[in-house]
Amino acid sequence: MSNISYVRTEMLQEKAPPVTQTGIVKWVRENLFSSVSNSVLTLLALWLLYTLLSHVLPWVFQSSWSANSLTECRSAIAAAYGEGTHGACWAVIRERFFQLIYGFYPPELYWRPNLAFILMLVALAPVLFDKLPRKMLWFSAVYPFLCFWLLWGGSIWLPLSIVAGFVLGGFAFKLIGAQFGNLFATIGAFLVPILWWMFAASPVASGIHSAIPLGLEAVESAKFGGFLLSILIGITGIVLSLPIGILLALGRQSDLLIVKAICVGFIEFIRGVPLITLLFVASVLLNYFLPPGTNFDLILRVVIMVTLFASAYMAEVIRGGLAALPKGQYEGADSLGLDFWQSTRLIIMPQALKISIPSIVSTFIGLFKDTTLVSIIGLFDPIGLSTNIRADSAWNGIIWELYGFIAIVFFIFCFSMSRYSMYLENKLKTGH
Amino acid sequence: MANAKKMDVSDEVAIQIEKMNKWYGSFHVLKDIDLTVNRGERIVICGPSGSGKSTLIRCINALEEHQQGKIIVDGTHLSSDLKNIDTIRSEVGMCFQHFNLFPHLSILENCTLAPIWVRKIPKKEAEETAMHFLEKVKIPEQADKYPGQLSGGQQQRVAIARSLCMQPRIMLFDEPTSALDPEMIKEVLDTMIELAEEGMTMLCVTHEMGFARQVANRVIFMDAGQIVEQNEPEEFFNNPQSERTQLFLSQILGH
Repeated sequence: MSNISYVRTEMLQEKAPPVTQTGIVKWVRENLFSSVSNSVLTLLALWLLYTLLSHVLPWVFQSSWSANSLTECRSAIAAAYGEGTHGACWAVIRERFFQLIYGFYPPELYWRPNLAFILMLVALAPVLFDKLPRKMLWFSAVYPFLCFWLLWGGSIWLPLSIVAGFVLGGFAFKLIGAQFGNLFATIGAFLVPILWWMFAASPVASGIHSAIPLGLEAVESAKFGGFLLSILIGITGIVLSLPIGILLALGRQSDLLIVKAICVGFIEFIRGVPLITLLFVASVLLNYFLPPGTNFDLILRVVIMVTLFASAYMAEVIRGGLAALPKGQYEGADSLGLDFWQSTRLIIMPQALKISIPSIVSTFIGLFKDTTLVSIIGLFDPIGLSTNIRADSAWNGIIWELYGFIAIVFFIFCFSMSRYSMYLENKLKTGH
Repeated sequence: MANAKKMDVSDEVAIQIEKMNKWYGSFHVLKDIDLTVNRGERIVICGPSGSGKSTLIRCINALEEHQQGKIIVDGTHLSSDLKNIDTIRSEVGMCFQHFNLFPHLSILENCTLAPIWVRKIPKKEAEETAMHFLEKVKIPEQADKYPGQLSGGQQQRVAIARSLCMQPRIMLFDEPTSALDPEMIKEVLDTMIELAEEGMTMLCVTHEMGFARQVANRVIFMDAGQIVEQNEPEEFFNNPQSERTQLFLSQILGH
């Protein structure tokens, strides 16, 4: 019988891996030519890629950038690259560029949407990147009103009187809270601003305006269009649907029967109806229900519908994140004496949102692309405009160039969102 | 009413439970529990799994709701009044089997969160207190790491420090070492022993019988939702009276 006793006297050191296991050769071998079938697939894919690009690239580059109609375009391409060449007619983008971006917004006022867009980036920055000073968030809070005023113009007193509603709500909360307790304070904080907006805001604004006229030239909603409209509807929907979705998700988990029933009913109803239907309700049906003579802005109606639609989806996405949290997190927070809102805000939501980031961003991207549906109810978003442009006899028959351009712009926005979500996921990783 | 809550409990009594019953649906988990815990007492609760020992201590800080009977913690009646529940929870620390640290917060933030938001202590002061207790559990150097980067034993010590930061008068431990590797159990037990020596009132559900012998004033054996036997550790281990206790002890000490 052999002796099984063994004692290690010295622990082993780490060594570098063998040379064949590193470098580019290894990468190519492992990823492209690891077996016969993989090598065949690699070659096939390369051939497909070549065929595709050899057709698309000439079309993209053997093109015409300056022409006033499709026929002019074609003859210019034939003259430059020989008879029978298929080339893109980018001239249409060049000619209609400003229309595709701003719709029918008055050209001398383009600086207003431009400024609004740049300020939007400034307002979003502190929300997206927490390295930036927190004081910038004040600007983010003010921005929606500033943006509204810049885009639509008119008296500055209207947006200010709307802001005043929030301030009044805050005062109501403090005053009533000191006298009658939290419940009444909350009710007051909701009721006072709503009453203010319904009855006082607009007379007060016009009153002050007649005394101190201060404002920009008004631009009516019908003139909005192009990517200006898409971004306006998309960003408003995104910014509003997240908080509403969080509240709906919490409401759906609530022990309060009525709150729960309202939330479940809302979510299930909105998710069960196509967005197009809601948009038609916004554009056509609402007029029947509103008192005659009411001028309820179409863009506002569409924004509300898109936001409600996205909120219902957002609520379900966040509910998924909440369900994925271990019960121990709730108990840990409870055992320390945190109350419901504290534990929700500090413990539960940060984790649930982090889990749901990929799905939240998918919903955002979906919402942003769905803004093209407003073309069906007659708003001139890029898709609506492209139909319009093709109806022009000069550009009749042009398809790929317009849709290609629109697709690329949408892709840039959606891809940025997707990359940002990956950045955020990486940043929030706190494991190993 | 606020004064009425404070009556009929002498200052010597930390927790008083009278005829407490609890059901999960129609399943009767806790049956007529009577238990008085004096201030400074260290109690170990043991028993087979499913005997209701975890449920019992979770009732004390209202993580579980009891349906019948009376629980008075530190002079406060435990009822469905949310204010009372939050008061009790902020006075009673709890450590869980799976630590339940908050993975998205650093160790220091885990420890300062409740003092800042519940006790309204300034951040700076809360951080000083947190560092004090992290030193006490011997991991001040991990303060800026996240829970996911620590070993199980370290995480449990952070969980203890996190509870201590609320300056609780009573500590509850729900199987604090059951999820740990053997070599990490000792570091957690050492921390708990140190705490016991300082006079903290402790209720501890555990299977660590060595710990029970060393620090407990009283060992309680539970089975089928009732307290079957309680005694001083020496008597409990050497001379168990009930048959169930004998069987249980022979099973856990037998090999």
